[in-house]
Amino acid sequence: MGIKSTQHPFFISIFFLGIFLFAWHVATISPPFDPTGKTDEELLVMEFNGDIMQTDDGQYVWNPEKEKVKGVPGPMTVMEKAWVELNEAFVIKGTNDHGIAFLVGYTVSRFSVGFLTASVVAILVGIILGLNQMLFRALNPFIQILKPISPLAWMPLLLYTVKDPKWTAILVVFMAAVWPTLATTAFGVNSLRKEYLQVADILQLSWFKRLYKVILPGAAPTIVNGLRISFGSALVAVVPAEMLLGELGVGYLSWIEWNNLDIAGVIFAILVVGTVGVVLDSGFNKLAGLVTYRE
Amino acid sequence: MSFLSIDHMSKYFPSHSGDGDVCIFEDVTVKVHKGEFVTVIGHSGCGKSTLLNIIAGLETPTEGGAILNGQEVTGPGLDRMVVFQNFALMPWMTVYQNIALAVRSAYPTWSSQEIKAHVQKYITLVGLQGAETKKPTALSGGMKQRVGLARAFSIEPKVLLLDEPFAQIDALTRGVIQEELVQMWNATRNTVFMVTHDVDEAILLSDRIMLMTNGPSARIAEIVDVTIPRPRSRETIIEDEHYYKIRNHIIHFLVRHASHGQEGESGDAAERSGPVEINFRDQATKEYETTASH
Repeated sequence: MGIKSTQHPFFISIFFLGIFLFAWHVATISPPFDPTGKTDEELLVMEFNGDIMQTDDGQYVWNPEKEKVKGVPGPMTVMEKAWVELNEAFVIKGTNDHGIAFLVGYTVSRFSVGFLTASVVAILVGIILGLNQMLFRALNPFIQILKPISPLAWMPLLLYTVKDPKWTAILVVFMAAVWPTLATTAFGVNSLRKEYLQVADILQLSWFKRLYKVILPGAAPTIVNGLRISFGSALVAVVPAEMLLGELGVGYLSWIEWNNLDIAGVIFAILVVGTVGVVLDSGFNKLAGLVTYRE
Repeated sequence: MSFLSIDHMSKYFPSHSGDGDVCIFEDVTVKVHKGEFVTVIGHSGCGKSTLLNIIAGLETPTEGGAILNGQEVTGPGLDRMVVFQNFALMPWMTVYQNIALAVRSAYPTWSSQEIKAHVQKYITLVGLQGAETKKPTALSGGMKQRVGLARAFSIEPKVLLLDEPFAQIDALTRGVIQEELVQMWNATRNTVFMVTHDVDEAILLSDRIMLMTNGPSARIAEIVDVTIPRPRSRETIIEDEHYYKIRNHIIHFLVRHASHGQEGESGDAAERSGPVEINFRDQATKEYETTASH
């Protein structure tokens, strides 16, 4: 192997990607149809079933239509599918057939609304609980019970209550994002070093100044950690929420391709979900870096 | 009437076992004059920091109270600024922002120009020019406490409360900053109330030193007049004839009270009837020393 560990990790990544794609390609190659040992009658039945077809020069080959749903598609098939989808990214073909750019847009906006609302609510409530030890200890058991509930478990109830799948999907994201931030904000504010608050007391800072000059920046690193956990769990929740509710988005894309028995489409949808996640995550990390400090 | 007076103050905390309260200190009466530098010295856990926090208004006394300039202390305020042992600088703010936060609170009507000039003046006073935009993490312990001092002096409080301000600073830097504090105090003549367990620091800085017995039920047993003329510096102070007398006296006291103060306390009838005043300029001390050493 010509790869040295001193080289840039990028090359090693490319190397492993190459190995993976090659292995995937080899594993999914189906051998060409071999008619030896088969009677004419057998071949006729196979052709009748649509497994094979006769080419113009009388040779039998596998039926390409049936190939699509036989085994796992190879990387080339997925790339072809991706090419087609990306070329139609901004095309709306029908009520449920929007281009991939639209689907990403729906998912990102659904995710953003749910996550941002949850964050604002969680930070505000978290600060109140963090500043009030008695209230925190009184409400903590409820938070502890609500926190581990899968956000999808709420979905039937939410759908029944709000009667609108659009809002239900957003609320599922909200439910996924609210608890980690709430719990860590309360903890971060509560464990803020008491000297900072004493300085604020001595300087007679107003309620508002105390909040945004001392408490929020002081608890910011802990709050960001909570947001990070919420972010991940909201991102995980948005895909199945779209699948179950049939709301247009990248999660829905994966499901609809499965319904079409287009496995290449399913793999493409998975890759899109991953890409969207990476982009959102790096944006979040940029924002997080602005508010953290070292002791 | 004295400027700051602590009047028959006691503090009890609920005990861990839950049966009754533990007395931290009892019946502490201290009178501090305007412009005076007073230090309380005692072993760890004797309640001296609690006493300081009560004057700051950060804690409440169980009995008695503190009166500053004719007004009872009921809560924290800008007239009493604390210099904290662990600096208590906001780590997310720069040096400038830390001081400016205090200045802006103390002088809410000032323009940003005035605030800038004022902050800059105190940054220069502690020799931190060039470090204005640094965050506390980037500073050494000594520099952090310089910021703490600048912040405290900048709001020109009636009383400066120093809570073991140099305890977390290395010994060499400590001496330098102590001397800087002497100079700052000479320039401003603030009233200062300090708690420490560093004897040399107390002698260098203070007009009077209060010696506290060990808790529980700690009390101020003696008040030592530091009869060394000002201006003082670490170099010249040790040549004063009273320096070692005072130092030895305090160290004897602290050693006697090291084993939770049992023997030293019970033997002294004088300690029961209020603090003994020690002044090495008078001969009154002779009398005391014979009573104490039996």
